[in-house]
Amino acid sequence: MTNEELKLFLSEKFPSLIIEEGNEWLTYYTEANEWKLLANELCSNISLQFNFLFCLTCIDWKTHLTMVYHLTSTTFKHTVVIKSKLNKENLEIETVCNIWRTAEFHEREVYDLFGVKFLNHPDLRRLLLTDDWKGHPLLKDYEDPINMIKL
Amino acid sequence: MYRTTDILTNTPNTSLGEAGYMVINVGPQHPATHGVLHLVITLSGETIINVEPHLGYIHRSIEKMCESLTYRQFIYTTSRMDYLSSHINNHCCALSVEKGLQIEIPDRAKYIRIILDELTRLASHQLWWGAMAMDIGAITPFFYAFREREMINDIMEETCGARLTMNYMVPGGVMYDLHPNFQKKVKEFIAFFKSKINEYDEILTGNIIFQNRMKGVGIISKEDAISYGCTGPTARGSGVSCDVRKLYPYEIYSSIEFDEIINNGCDSFARYEVRMQEMKQSLKIIEQLIDNIPEGDFQAKTKTVLKLPKGEFYTRVETARGEFGVYIVSEGGTTPYRIKFRSPGLSNLSALNHMAKGNKIGDLVAIMGSIDLVIPDIDR
Repeated sequence: MTNEELKLFLSEKFPSLIIEEGNEWLTYYTEANEWKLLANELCSNISLQFNFLFCLTCIDWKTHLTMVYHLTSTTFKHTVVIKSKLNKENLEIETVCNIWRTAEFHEREVYDLFGVKFLNHPDLRRLLLTDDWKGHPLLKDYEDPINMIKL
Repeated sequence: MYRTTDILTNTPNTSLGEAGYMVINVGPQHPATHGVLHLVITLSGETIINVEPHLGYIHRSIEKMCESLTYRQFIYTTSRMDYLSSHINNHCCALSVEKGLQIEIPDRAKYIRIILDELTRLASHQLWWGAMAMDIGAITPFFYAFREREMINDIMEETCGARLTMNYMVPGGVMYDLHPNFQKKVKEFIAFFKSKINEYDEILTGNIIFQNRMKGVGIISKEDAISYGCTGPTARGSGVSCDVRKLYPYEIYSSIEFDEIINNGCDSFARYEVRMQEMKQSLKIIEQLIDNIPEGDFQAKTKTVLKLPKGEFYTRVETARGEFGVYIVSEGGTTPYRIKFRSPGLSNLSALNHMAKGNKIGDLVAIMGSIDLVIPDIDR
């Protein structure tokens, strides 16, 4: 589908999605509690088939965190970016690792470096740092004078 | 760096646990893991029940470091990630900065970049070929591979001043002009490698022991490969068309004739075949370009201080291991607000458990070899 068709299709199917203009790819904001439903539909809908999650990451905006999912379809070659805002007090979002298996490691990485909890994740442990590490290094307010990672 | 939770839950008191499973550690210091990769393997007899990678032994938090580096500086950290594809990593970062600033780079720089990319791919595949053969017991291929790789490293040394971490690509083009000997040396290398590449097949590919070790092990279906986010030869060995050079051509790849190699074998041997064929395609690409490098500038004029406009930029290239992506979130300053490197290694590694389950412990090394892991790329 072209971007225009995709836009029409998604706005009909999910009226609650908020579009963000000015990006290379079609970008939508979704509520964290609606993400799982949306993800299921994006992957399994016969005319969408977003089966390849090629980038999963998180951004710390100081007031809130944003999860970013880059999805593409190997059948139709269209791409969509889904974002979800998370409150600092409630860093929780549903896991998608049963939809896209690659999410299992990447969600562990985000949990490790940002502290986002993925609900129903089968094995949510730190991926890169040790278990007894304090804090989450990629947060903007992270301070660690001993293990200096800022240059 | 053993995690307390693992020792408590995974390691049984006796050598055989409740269900008769045995847990053993491979790595972090093990010659077949090619770096500090630590695998905790659960075995039932000789059959693999579960493989769990433990990462982070070489984690340097490059993403955090890049947040305090300028757009000229952060490129150099990426050479230290996938050190066998450092040119291609640099290329991706340079492309993403150029995309943000809308810099048009001179044709000469484009040609130089692609030639060096393909030379890097050749060097990387040669090292993979030699090391993988050594993993499963054949020593000679390693020397064959390093004989040719040495020639590429010499070319790199003469052109960029470094043999491994090149740092030759900069926003706007390349750092210096080519060495006068470059074309001559590359042509010598192509002629030499063309006469030798058939030896690769003769010594290893046709070997019955080798084929028995590779065929039918480490099977991953097309759907699973996509779901696990595999890219590069790992996915193309399962019939997934995912070559970024073909799907989303960057620079001058759209005008070059080459084939995307896809094999539907889905096993270790298919992934092996894909890389062997890719080497021939890389030679073909270099041959098309080496005589046609246009004259002119090697670098576009750029400002001393680069400031990316506010927004998000995602760029991807095809490294020797798969799709490498750089995702920059800019707030308009001189340093990136957030940077994410989508490394092909981490996604490919996540499929290892799926591939290895049910195989014998002896096949694990052959499977790992066929994925072509580079640990700094996984840990970043």
